[in-house]
Amino acid sequence: MIATDLLTNYFPIVVFLVIATGLSMLMVGVSFLAAKQKPDTEKISAYECGFEAFADARMKFDVRFYLVSILFIIFDLEVAFLFPWAITLGKIGLYGFWSMMVFLGVLTVGFIYEWRKGALDWE
Amino acid sequence: MIEAIFFYVFSAVLIGSAAWVISSRNPVHSVLALILAFFNAAGLFVMLGAEFLAMIMVIVYVGAVAVLFLFVVMMLDIDFVKLKAGLVKNAFVGFIVGGVLLAEFVWMYLRWGMSQVTPHVMMPTPDMAQVNNTQALGMVLYTHYVYLFQISGLILLVAMIGAITLTHRRRPDNRTQKVAIQVARNPKDVLKVEKITSGSGVH
Repeated sequence: MIATDLLTNYFPIVVFLVIATGLSMLMVGVSFLAAKQKPDTEKISAYECGFEAFADARMKFDVRFYLVSILFIIFDLEVAFLFPWAITLGKIGLYGFWSMMVFLGVLTVGFIYEWRKGALDWE
Repeated sequence: MIEAIFFYVFSAVLIGSAAWVISSRNPVHSVLALILAFFNAAGLFVMLGAEFLAMIMVIVYVGAVAVLFLFVVMMLDIDFVKLKAGLVKNAFVGFIVGGVLLAEFVWMYLRWGMSQVTPHVMMPTPDMAQVNNTQALGMVLYTHYVYLFQISGLILLVAMIGAITLTHRRRPDNRTQKVAIQVARNPKDVLKVEKITSGSGVH
């Protein structure tokens, strides 16, 4: 709670958040209140294109999705490191530049590894 | 005044959703509550002036880690009946672990204090009116803390290799097109051109 200037810059975001929350609650709330509701077992049962449900909705799925998302996170973090580097590059000089190049080099080794290993192929 | 209201709103929703994470029966709901908790923590970071941290919180934790948690939750085939059966059996160990943690926190809180030996700060945080948060980070992270920065790169590399060795499997029965083999195939070995005279047919 120090920089009031900084916080006033966030005021439009707060306005957006309030409008978005209010509007979505209004839509759900009004349709919930205005609609006539007479549930019975057939109405609230799961509808699967006219069939009885074949299986439980929470089924296990392929571990490959997990691999894709963890690789995504790693490169996401790499990009997160790039951002403060990019805006201070003029001040941290050549040392800061090569420091980042070494960091990127290490991760490029990993990237080549995963490419050669076929972790990016879906098969 | 208005800052205090926002602070209490963020804090209350944060604590409430954190309680929801551990009390919800459905693990998917727990993950959704965790996402709400992350958003509120990001709000608190913004109020502290730590803009970069708040945005990274939203991008990395909400965008990526929460998805990862969802995947883990959906990959594990959680049997709720078995989970509840284990509750009584494991409650004792759970209370011991929780009690030790609580004792540590209480002890830390009672002993908390600033050191009297070195009252000066090694690297003071620059004034936010002159240097913004992201710039202040960038000024020290790549030069002053270069070793920690490189170590974080190595940790990411280890995470990448670890994830690949643990989860990457080639399916033996898969029939993907292998372009190199197709291109390397010599037409002379597999193609034969027959000259057929009219009316004789092929033997």
